[in-house]
Amino acid sequence: MAVKAILGRKIGMTQIFDEDGELIPVSVIDVSPNAVLQVKTKEHDGYDAVQLGTGDKREVLSNKPEKGHAKKAHTQPRRFVKEIRDLDLGDVEFGTKELTVKVDQFNVGDVVDVTGTTKGHGFQGNIKKDNQSRGPETHGSRYHRIPGSMGAIINRVFPGKKLPGRMGNHTVTMQNLVVAKIDAERNLILIKGSVPGANKSFVTVKNAVKAVAK
Amino acid sequence: MNPIIEEITKEQKKTDIPKFKAGDTIRVHAKIVEGKRERIQIFEGVVIKRKGGNSISATYTVRKISSGIGVERTFPLHSPRVAKIEVVKIGKVRRAKLYYFRKLRGKAARIKEARR
Repeated sequence: MAVKAILGRKIGMTQIFDEDGELIPVSVIDVSPNAVLQVKTKEHDGYDAVQLGTGDKREVLSNKPEKGHAKKAHTQPRRFVKEIRDLDLGDVEFGTKELTVKVDQFNVGDVVDVTGTTKGHGFQGNIKKDNQSRGPETHGSRYHRIPGSMGAIINRVFPGKKLPGRMGNHTVTMQNLVVAKIDAERNLILIKGSVPGANKSFVTVKNAVKAVAK
Repeated sequence: MNPIIEEITKEQKKTDIPKFKAGDTIRVHAKIVEGKRERIQIFEGVVIKRKGGNSISATYTVRKISSGIGVERTFPLHSPRVAKIEVVKIGKVRRAKLYYFRKLRGKAARIKEARR
């Protein structure tokens, strides 16, 4: 199956009525046309890929190499840049004029994977971070919110032992989400359910790798 | 709310919803799809709650006594499956949510009509 992908910015969530009149929850993603910043080929780079970019930024925020890189693609430097393997742009030549990837490649009902960075929660304990349970508050208990035993006494802790630490701010992919609506005019894609990340954070929408017919 | 989200939901909202609140008796013309055929079923009862203002997620709950058993149905306010809402009676109540109505039977489960 041909790879379809687009970068966007999460706007927020709302609800819409589908064609059956059912109220479904949707995440709204702003996918204004993505600039093609670079095209990698098997002959030149060892693999096929396309570098996409989205989000405008002030000129002062980009350095000289970035500007030169964007100039080759006849576009401006972008805030969020990502490489997509095996993305087919069709019969177009890179380097002569600005190329864009638009939302109309997707259709309603398509199954997609959405990658984003989850909300950062800072340093959290096991109860919030790893869904562990707390001990009793009273009756002489001194076991309240601590992580518990470190395991067998072998002078080290086993790898993977759940301990307090940074929670969130991970790159997460949610698989097999369904496209509920495409708004090509306003460059929006509405995806059923939630997608990772805070509002205004960047996400990648790609057709599902483990697609099941839904 | 984000202006783009507002725009999306605005297209979905109905503009012909009559004014009604908790305590009013309304007649909901609900569309029912049976196979390919579509027909309209009327659900008449007292509105015991309204929730969500005029947002796309807003709902209202209608309660009626059907052959001795209380039946409640919650409809999304802007649902395309509701063809029409008719206000039959305007009730005079002191609460926004009439949950106490569930415990009342017979003569107690009446609402005074409001004078307009």
